[in-house]
Parts: sequence; structure tokens; C-alpha cells
Amino acid sequence: MSALLSVTDAHVAYGKVEAVRSVGLEVGENEIVTIVGANGAGKTTLLSAIMGILPLKGRVAFAGQDLARLDIEDRVAMGLGLVPEHRELFVTMNVEDNLELGAFRIERSKARASIEQVYALFPRLKERRKQLAGTLSGGEQQMLAMGRALMGAPKLLMLDEPSLGLAPIIVADIFRIITELRASGVSVLLVEQNAQAALKIADHAYVMELGEFVLSGKASDIAANERVAASYLGFQHEAASAL
Amino acid sequence: MNTTIMLFLLQDGITNGAIYALLGLALVLVFAVTRVILIPQGEFVTYGALTYASLASGQMPGTAKLALAMGIGACAFDLFVARKTLHSRLILRSILANIVLPAIVLALTIYFAAQKPPVAVCIALSLVIVAMIGLYLYRIAFQPLAHTSVLVLLIASVGVHLALQGLGLLFFGAEGQRGPAVLSGAFTAGSLRFTGQSLTVYGITIAFIVGLWLFFGLTLYGKALRATAVNRLGARLAGIRTTLSGQIAFLLASVIGALSGIMIVPITTLYYDSGFLIGLKGFVAAIIGGLVSYPLTAGAAVFVGIVEAFSSFYASNYKEVIVFMLLIPVLLLRSLAAPAVEEEKD
Repeated sequence: MSALLSVTDAHVAYGKVEAVRSVGLEVGENEIVTIVGANGAGKTTLLSAIMGILPLKGRVAFAGQDLARLDIEDRVAMGLGLVPEHRELFVTMNVEDNLELGAFRIERSKARASIEQVYALFPRLKERRKQLAGTLSGGEQQMLAMGRALMGAPKLLMLDEPSLGLAPIIVADIFRIITELRASGVSVLLVEQNAQAALKIADHAYVMELGEFVLSGKASDIAANERVAASYLGFQHEAASAL
Repeated sequence: MNTTIMLFLLQDGITNGAIYALLGLALVLVFAVTRVILIPQGEFVTYGALTYASLASGQMPGTAKLALAMGIGACAFDLFVARKTLHSRLILRSILANIVLPAIVLALTIYFAAQKPPVAVCIALSLVIVAMIGLYLYRIAFQPLAHTSVLVLLIASVGVHLALQGLGLLFFGAEGQRGPAVLSGAFTAGSLRFTGQSLTVYGITIAFIVGLWLFFGLTLYGKALRATAVNRLGARLAGIRTTLSGQIAFLLASVIGALSGIMIVPITTLYYDSGFLIGLKGFVAAIIGGLVSYPLTAGAAVFVGIVEAFSSFYASNYKEVIVFMLLIPVLLLRSLAAPAVEEEKD
């Protein structure tokens, strides 16, 4: 079976500076794949380029189709979704409108059904559905950003640092929902600085350093790797094993 | 000054203000969605007014031909951009919307112009012609520049304004024209006389504002337009095409412009270049609204209209000067109240 998303020999540059060099990755169906790495390793850049926000040299194929000539909007319509690090919500509009617009490319009748699914996944959003997105807490905004992306019925959801700046209890909630997504048939490509949490739920993992992948393999193997443990898991790992 | 004169000036000011309000709202809309400061808004006014007046007097307006020519240009742009991924459906759609539609409208215009059509037909044709010009204008002049800075878009906007004004002179000549009233008749209330035309202006303005409010508040496309204005990247990630939002914004702006023109031309004689000054007053209102606030813009527009009416009574030579001087204290206050805003990157 071919992979849902496959990236081969990808380069992404800001002017003359190459932020991502010769990267290849695959995400299969019903799979959570994570990219871990330090701040500035090029993870966000890679996701943006896969989505079509930044120009990418190399090959990106999604569901068997080359994405080279497709705009962001076409990629969304094909079932590729991105929840960006800064969430990019419509802050002056209410929660329900934000979600409704997430289904802009979807039939109206299906959109109404998926809004109920999103509310089932994030009951908090239903409580706040008439509230302006800009007045939500950080965790709720993250839920809304994920909910909006899910409204587009993606086959693959790319999440950029979903846990950034959130309270631990909410982070746990969000990671639980990511595993639920896999169960409902959505693949996830997860970029995280919180490597420990990401490796725990992922099937497959890549470790990124200075624009390149230095390690890849089963998430459990990566988590057990000494070098990874020393660089990214650090005290967290000890703290976790102490629990 | 007695009360009668004051009431009369007030009425005059509110009538003009209503039109400036529509134009100001269109400017805010286009700027919020596309970052274009729409200087050619005034040309939409002139084109709408003079197309209407020409048709009503049984002349063939050149704007119908312009629409077809621009449609062919827009179609050429579409085909050039899509040259590597030629889908027959896309080509067909582009040809239908950009060539077949204006050709049909041109044929209808030629047919009707020869026989002095009724007012309703003149209005409908004028609106459709100017709406098409607005739509194709976006495709030709602004869509290829959509990713550039506000300054580049402003320069393009000035260029488009000059070009359209020149074409206006070519189509309508240097002579001014007047059109028939949409609603004739009048009635008096106390010392005030209300003409059918001024009531039309109030009615259409209010209807349009309510219509826009419903459109933005309730419909998916209206919300998509707002979303693009709030967060361009967010909108794209939701699958909303920036170009679609731009097209809707330009379509609305050109219809609003043309409609304003059609409402004014029975009241005042309009020349090929009159629209610019009218558009600028809408612009003053939009600036007072900070190019973001719709209610503030509408309120400011009525204020601009009233100031204009009173200054034309007291110092008619300086009426434009006084209106545009309103900008100085507003800009000063705004610059003090708000910190410098960096241009949005996307």
C-alpha cells in the first residue's frame, strides 16, 4: 500500500538560506507520525512547505497525486489540513462561524453533520459557540483551530506545536484527541517540541536537526534511543520514569 | 439663517451623505479583503451614471464594449495562468463568464439603446455592465498583484483610475449628462419638500446597508469575505480562495458605485471626471472610519455630507477645501491614538 503523504528530497529555502535540506518522509493511512526536534530545526518550515505556503523544491505526493502545481486551497480540498502554530483563527468572528468556514469546500448537509462531530470531540467549543474566537483561552483556541481544520474532512491533519503554551492538563486532552482522530481514520503529522508526549502517541517518528532528518524509525525505538533521550527528553524522561 | 434653510441644508447633506456612505462602505470592504485602496471607485460612479443617462436618452454607451474588451483580457489572463493545467471545464467557465456574458450584454445594450428603453431596463443594464467591468478589472489589474504590498496596489489603483477616467472621456465626451429620475414626483412636509428621487436615495441606501449586513452576518460567502479580511492565511487554510473573495469584493464595490451614480445623476449633472471627487468624499468617510469600521464610516459619511451642504451655503468656493480639511484633525487624532501599524505580511 502506498503512503498517504510522501515527501522526497525536499528543500525549502528562505532566500539563500536553506532551512530544510533533502528531507524525505512518509505518512501512511491511520498513522500518527511525529517530527521532533529543537526550536529552529525547520519543522514548521517543512509543514508550511508541504501545505503550499512556502515554495518547496522536491516532490510531495498526497493520495497518489503530485502537489507541485496545486495551491493551498486545492490541497485543502484534497483532504490535507494544517493547524498552524499561530492558529490563524478568525478572531473577530464567533466559534460557530469559524467552524462553519472550515467546511467552506464541503457540502452544506455534510458540514452540519461534521460540526456535531467536532462538538462531540470538543464539548468546550459547543459551550462557547457564540463567543468570539479572539476572547477564548489559549487551549480553547487550539481546540477551535483543530476543529476548524477537521471541518474540512481532512485525510491527513498536520499539527504544528499544538501543545505550545498550554497548561499540562489541556495538553493531555489534546494528545488524547489526536489518538481519537487516528481511530476515526484521520492520519496525523505532528510537529512537537514536547518530544516525550509526541513519541508516546506516535507510530513513527523523525528527528530533525538543523534542517535535516538525523534519525527515523518506530516511535518507541526513537524514544528509547540514548541520543534522543539525552537531547530532547532529558529530565522529562527521568521524571516520567520516576512516576 | 432661518430654520427652513437649515432644514433644507440638512436634508441635502443627508442625501449626499447617504451616497458617500455607500461608497465609503465599498472602500472599506475592498480594502479589508484585498488591501487595495480603490481609487477607481469614483469611475464606477461615473460609468454607472453616464451609462444609465446615455441609455435613457437612446444612445449607445461605450462601456458595454469596454466590458467585452476587458472580459477578453481577463479570459486571456485565465488561460495564460492555467496553460500548464488546461482543464476543459475551467476554460469553458472562463470563456462563459468573461466573453459570452459581456457579449450577450453588449447585444442587449445595442438592441435596447436604439429604442429608448424604460428606466428599469436602463438601470439593470447599467448595473450589469459596470459590475462586469469591476469584476474583470480585478482579474486584470489586481489579482496578478495580490501578493504585493499595499503601496504597489495603490500605485496600480491610481493607474487604473487614470485609465478609466480617460476612457470615460472617450465614451461620454466632455459634456455633462443628466438622467431621468428613478422615482418622479414630490411631496411636502411642513416647509420641507421631499422629491421622489431623494426618497429613492434614502430607501436604496438603507436597503443596501441592511442587505450587506445580512450578507456578511448570515451567508457563507459573506462570512468567507469577512474571514479573508480578518486572516488571509487562515482563510486559505480553510479552503477559501483569496481570488474569490477579491472578486466578490470588487463586484460589490462596482455595483455600489454604479448604483450611487444612477441615484445621483437625476439630481446633479455628472461629467466624465465627476466621479473622482464623489469617490474621494466616500474616501474621507472611510478614513474617518479607519478603513476598518463600517458603522463609523457610514456615520462619518453622513457627517461629511452635512458639512459639505453647510459649507456650500456659507462659503461655496471653499466647500471642497472644507470637506477635505476634515481629514487633517482625524489623521492627527488617529496617529496619536494608535501606534504605528506594520504592514501585514503573508
